[in-house]
Amino acid sequence: MPKTAVKPVTEQAIVQPLHSPAQLHFRTLRLDTPFQPRIDAAMKTNDWYDWGGYRAPASLWDEELEYFAIRSQAALFDISPMTKYRIEGPDAESFLNRLTLRDVTKLKTGRVHYTAWCDDEGFVLDDGTLFRLAPNRFRLCCQERHLPWLLDSAIGFDVTVTEETEVVAALALQGPTSFAILREAGFEGVERLKVFDLAEFAHEDGSVTISRTGFTGDLGYELFVETRLALSLWDRLWQAGELRGIRAIGYTALNRARLEAGLIVANADFVTAEHAIRADRVRMPDEIGLGFMVDLEKGHFNGRRAIAEARAKGRLRHVLVGLEIEGNIPAEHAIVYHRKKKEVGLVSAAIWSPMAKRNIALASLERPYGDSITDDLWVEIYAMRELKYERLMKRAKVVQRPFIKLDRRTASPPAEF
Amino acid sequence: MKTWDAIVIGAGHNGLVNACYLQRAGLDVLVVEKNDWIGGAATSRSLTPGFLYSNCSYVCSLFRPEIMRDLELPRFGLQVISYEGGAVFTRDGDYLANYRDHHAHRREFARFSARDAEAYDRYARDVTRQCRFIQPLLMRTAPDPTSFRPRDIGELIYLGKKFAGLGAAEMADTLRFWTMSISDFLDEHFETDVIKANFALSGIIGTALGPMSPGTAYVLLHHYMGEVDGSVGAWGYARGGMGAVTKALADSFRASGGTIRASAEVEQVLVKNGKARGLVLAGGEEIFGKLVVSNADVKRTFLKLVEEKELPDTFLRRVKNFKMRGSSGKVNIALDSMPEFPALPKDSPCYRGDMHFTDSVERMERGYDDWKAGRWSADPFLDMMMPTMLDPTMAPPGKHFMSCFVQYCPPKVEGRDWTDADRDAFAETVISQIANYSPGFRDRIVHMEVRTPRELEAEVGLTEGNIFQGELTFDQLLFNRPVPGYAQYRSPIDGLYICGSSTHPGGGVMGAPGRNAANEILRDLSQPTKHMSPAHDVI
Amino acid sequence: MTSFDAIVIGGGHNGLTAAATLAKSGRKVLVLEAASEIGGAARTEEFAPGFRAAPAHLLNRLHPEVVKTLELERHGLALGPIAPSVALSRDDKPLTLHGAYGESLSGASASEAAAWQELRAQLLRYAGILKPLLARRPPELGNMSLMETSAFAMTGLSLRRLGKEDMRDFLRMLLMNVSDVADEHLDDDRLKGLLAFDATLGSHLGPRSPTSLLGLYYRLAGEFGRQPGAQALPAGGMGAVVAAILRAAKAAGVSIRADAPVARILAEKGRAAGVALDSGEEIRARTVVSAINPHSTFLDLVGTREIDTGFVRRIKNIRMKGDAAKLHLALDRPPEFSGVDAAGHRGRLVIAPSSDHVERAFNPAKYGEFSPEPVMEITLPSLSDPTLAPDGACVLSAVVQYAPYALKEGWEAGKPKFLAAIMARLELYAPGIGRLVRHAELLTPADLEARYRMPGGHWHHGELQADQMMMSRPAFGAAGYDTPVEGLFLCGAGSHPGGGVSGVPGLNAARRIIEMRG
Repeated sequence: MPKTAVKPVTEQAIVQPLHSPAQLHFRTLRLDTPFQPRIDAAMKTNDWYDWGGYRAPASLWDEELEYFAIRSQAALFDISPMTKYRIEGPDAESFLNRLTLRDVTKLKTGRVHYTAWCDDEGFVLDDGTLFRLAPNRFRLCCQERHLPWLLDSAIGFDVTVTEETEVVAALALQGPTSFAILREAGFEGVERLKVFDLAEFAHEDGSVTISRTGFTGDLGYELFVETRLALSLWDRLWQAGELRGIRAIGYTALNRARLEAGLIVANADFVTAEHAIRADRVRMPDEIGLGFMVDLEKGHFNGRRAIAEARAKGRLRHVLVGLEIEGNIPAEHAIVYHRKKKEVGLVSAAIWSPMAKRNIALASLERPYGDSITDDLWVEIYAMRELKYERLMKRAKVVQRPFIKLDRRTASPPAEF
Repeated sequence: MKTWDAIVIGAGHNGLVNACYLQRAGLDVLVVEKNDWIGGAATSRSLTPGFLYSNCSYVCSLFRPEIMRDLELPRFGLQVISYEGGAVFTRDGDYLANYRDHHAHRREFARFSARDAEAYDRYARDVTRQCRFIQPLLMRTAPDPTSFRPRDIGELIYLGKKFAGLGAAEMADTLRFWTMSISDFLDEHFETDVIKANFALSGIIGTALGPMSPGTAYVLLHHYMGEVDGSVGAWGYARGGMGAVTKALADSFRASGGTIRASAEVEQVLVKNGKARGLVLAGGEEIFGKLVVSNADVKRTFLKLVEEKELPDTFLRRVKNFKMRGSSGKVNIALDSMPEFPALPKDSPCYRGDMHFTDSVERMERGYDDWKAGRWSADPFLDMMMPTMLDPTMAPPGKHFMSCFVQYCPPKVEGRDWTDADRDAFAETVISQIANYSPGFRDRIVHMEVRTPRELEAEVGLTEGNIFQGELTFDQLLFNRPVPGYAQYRSPIDGLYICGSSTHPGGGVMGAPGRNAANEILRDLSQPTKHMSPAHDVI
Repeated sequence: MTSFDAIVIGGGHNGLTAAATLAKSGRKVLVLEAASEIGGAARTEEFAPGFRAAPAHLLNRLHPEVVKTLELERHGLALGPIAPSVALSRDDKPLTLHGAYGESLSGASASEAAAWQELRAQLLRYAGILKPLLARRPPELGNMSLMETSAFAMTGLSLRRLGKEDMRDFLRMLLMNVSDVADEHLDDDRLKGLLAFDATLGSHLGPRSPTSLLGLYYRLAGEFGRQPGAQALPAGGMGAVVAAILRAAKAAGVSIRADAPVARILAEKGRAAGVALDSGEEIRARTVVSAINPHSTFLDLVGTREIDTGFVRRIKNIRMKGDAAKLHLALDRPPEFSGVDAAGHRGRLVIAPSSDHVERAFNPAKYGEFSPEPVMEITLPSLSDPTLAPDGACVLSAVVQYAPYALKEGWEAGKPKFLAAIMARLELYAPGIGRLVRHAELLTPADLEARYRMPGGHWHHGELQADQMMMSRPAFGAAGYDTPVEGLFLCGAGSHPGGGVSGVPGLNAARRIIEMRG
């Protein structure tokens, strides 16, 4: 290439205008949650993952021990990145009743239920928790983003739907001492919360919504607060929990607990309908163990016609089951066979359960396997050991979920520990 | 007198791909090229000291990775780098950026609409589904639906099965998608004008249609079918400019024993007793070959290089009716320093991608109205980029090569031929469009090359300057491309084949027509095609 | 409380056809019409003292099966003579298509006439292939029955009969634009302008829009008096056609109530159970059939609570913003179009000087502006039926494009300007016509919407474009006349095959109901 004289750099003719922080978001590809200063302080492993565009901890100090914090003391987990929508208006109840599978008229103010919603073909768009904060005000929490679907579902209803993920901070406090910590922190009346109850409590000059819910199958609570009060809430819990073993945890530990509780995760244990590219990957509620939610008596709801027809015509093709697998090697993403030969499904999540002392898994099987044929099922585990797959064919038994059932989860009033 | 096994007319990317595959099958192949440089429309040219221009095609995304592998193009220097971002400048001084990071992409859309931010996933899913449906067809010869040959029927059944494999709702969406306008399709997904404009541009690039014309949703797909190292839909720069693609092809061809003759313009294809025998060059030299493959467009091939009497009337009528109205121009600019776009933060990755100034679908469509009236767009759509932001080989340090693809630009100006004054006025329209967003832009220009359809036809040989060698409308796709009955790379003349973008699957630096044609030729010769690796799986 | 087997909402020609067909099958049927007069957009109304006209003014696709099933001839349907089409020209030399869509031409050169005959034959041949598809229920995606598959195969076979090269041209041309097709065959701007106009009439397309040729095929798949492509001004106006259908319906035992606007379709657990009127009265029926626009049917009458979100989306996505305005002029005496003979004046007069002109007229419509130089089709119905106007006076009826439903400046401000633009065009072809105007009624799409309860003022009840045809008409989930709401059926122009006075949607819907035992 010929050499050319390089002109001296002149003063920039144009002064760069000030760009708004909103425009400059590209400089921070992973957001901090309102609790980030505390999480950063607790972070020792520097083991982060991407949760919906947030920098979230996979583990903080020891994923093994973090799990035991859930089961033995109390674990604090930042759930702020969870997608949240505020649904408000005179028609909020009927809107949600048409949107979701369960009967929302039965959800009283101050209660929470676990629900799911489907597209026209009856395929699950997502599952999530619905909080009834007031007669005409709800909060819907879920994994994926659904604003266009929610807005289009609101046509013809007097209701507003607002995405509030970034403006509401949220924490999960889970474990045997979680109740004691809340009481210690001064949340008076928290002992009255039964499982799936919620109530508002004073915090600083504002309030915090506490629900007795969680994703661990243990005694536990979830707390929602406006972002400006996030850190003081964390500190209040932390201080109260100091003598009761409060620990901050990351997702890996939580994931073990949720699997023991037999809970499913969207886009891990099933593919949500709006993301599925391949026509056969979508699932109806009955195919992922959510058939119990479907209320055909409550009037019309989205997907009703398709679900009723699939049931009537026996068109349900899959079933999601809990498996107990012999041995102790987790069977994650293993293929499930019938009689060791015929491929009948796939394990979506698996661990050795420290609480159940069993090798457990969630699997999606093709009916009738897992449904009417449950014997002679096998999983083929490829366990990578020092650069070699150890291939194991292990017997699997379909079992009821949850894999562990803890009385303390539902005890009312909750036990101290 | 030597008789070549095959002679390929035109050293464009498809001609070279075709020649490479034939040569590697053991044939003795000659490529003749009219220009003293090779590459056709995929070329890098130094027109001012220190700068290299990708002076026609400017983006490498559609080029099939199977071909790169088969022909060992990385070994011969081909390297493709993905865009880092992209932007549409808005008239109010803001911009809409495209980021590779999924969440950044969503947050950017959220600046304009909370709904649109969350609508992107479904849009991406819908387009991906359509892409997956069409992508496997790229590397296959289109079946002839009027034929009863087992092979055609087998291919039709393959297509039918693919369609039947979709769910009923998806089938309905697919049927609609194929005939929709990109504007209507986007209206069903998004509410913000600039976001729609951001996607609509892929529905019009290279076509003589506006975003509101039915069929442009398919054109979008045509632009999305590319991939850069497995990242489907990604667009990228070829290091060293688009000439790097054809240079690698030429080197690969020569390395396998092929011969290229530049500055050899073909006057006529020699036909004897209905069979192609070779060529006559301008000047009268005759070259003999057992078969002739034309990389020239279908009109140039059959209306200029072959005598009318050799062709059946129906075929000739259809070739004459083939539509290849040029719709775009190109302005290549050498800049002595980095231009400023005050709207865009200095560290924005958008500088390392494609930039646009058309912030509404209506502006795009109005640009098309100008074209229909035989004028270049007064408010043109530009696909502008500076490959030198990522590629140090195309300009001296601190200086930049800027490529501006311009739409719309008619093949004739209000019915008459282009003049130099028209060309300059056209360039001025483009420069002032950029200067509106980049103060001081004119002062940075050290050299400029302006290419209207006139130049594209005269230099590259694209009839009417159509960059796809034929419009991408339904009547010219699949088994209709280029003409019904001859969509399988053959022609009415025995031994004369076509391998350019006029054939299925069409334009863009894709290479698929060249490869598919080679496959058909080798099939006719009963030669093995083991050196052609199978098309990538779509699973 | 009275109860019916079936309630038909909307007393236009399709609603009446469906009702009559259902009644003939032994069902007890009630037709509810919101207006005080039956007939929908085919009813003839007085627009100035002594002057009457209907929005629909030409008969070119009334389906023979409808005529036969309803025995319309017995019920007084009188078919007039085939009307010519005249492509008007500024130089007083119009071009006339005689007989069924130009069996012969006058005013064209011999070579152009020959080229036209070849193209006409080709277009009619290809329209003939599509014809059976336009006559029957569209196949169900993913669930094609043996009958449907074989019907499709039959079409395939008729394709085969074309011969290989013809078949190839058919496949190539199917989705082409009309402008390119015309350019490939013809030279005469008047003729090309006429084809361009006919292909795009009633749609939001210009002649250069891909797929616009389908509009012409749609027209040529229609027939009149067994002659494909033929058209006529019905004796007694379009109202007489509706009157015959109405008589057939009444004879079959259909009950008819006018002034009975429906407020809601009653749905119980996903099943239609009847209707509630604006008055609050509820009428129950096992089957509800809607002849009105699908958008109104689902979003207004059924309501989003009873249907799914994806379906609501599909219904909302139906494009149905009309571009055609309707002009009615009350004239002191018949106008004289330059160079047009008496027979021509009794036919269809078209102002569309060239295909490019039609395209230019379309351009502004894309941006919510009306055509400054509109294109139009004109009839003088009172010449064939003197009862439509006072003695010696004349009615001029014209469909004018492009007049976008959502005019940016609003129709209140835009209407006088658009009327002036139309009159300026008319004056060019019929000098002095302006002085004859006693009264002018211009119905913009917004007016048509208000008067005939047609959303968007669109007479097809939704754009008739490739992506809204067949299995996609009006939308996936309701393309076969039955709908996601059990017991609710569609039978209007919004359903396959589309608008125009054909009666096919009504007939097909009724057959579907009978087949499903609804």
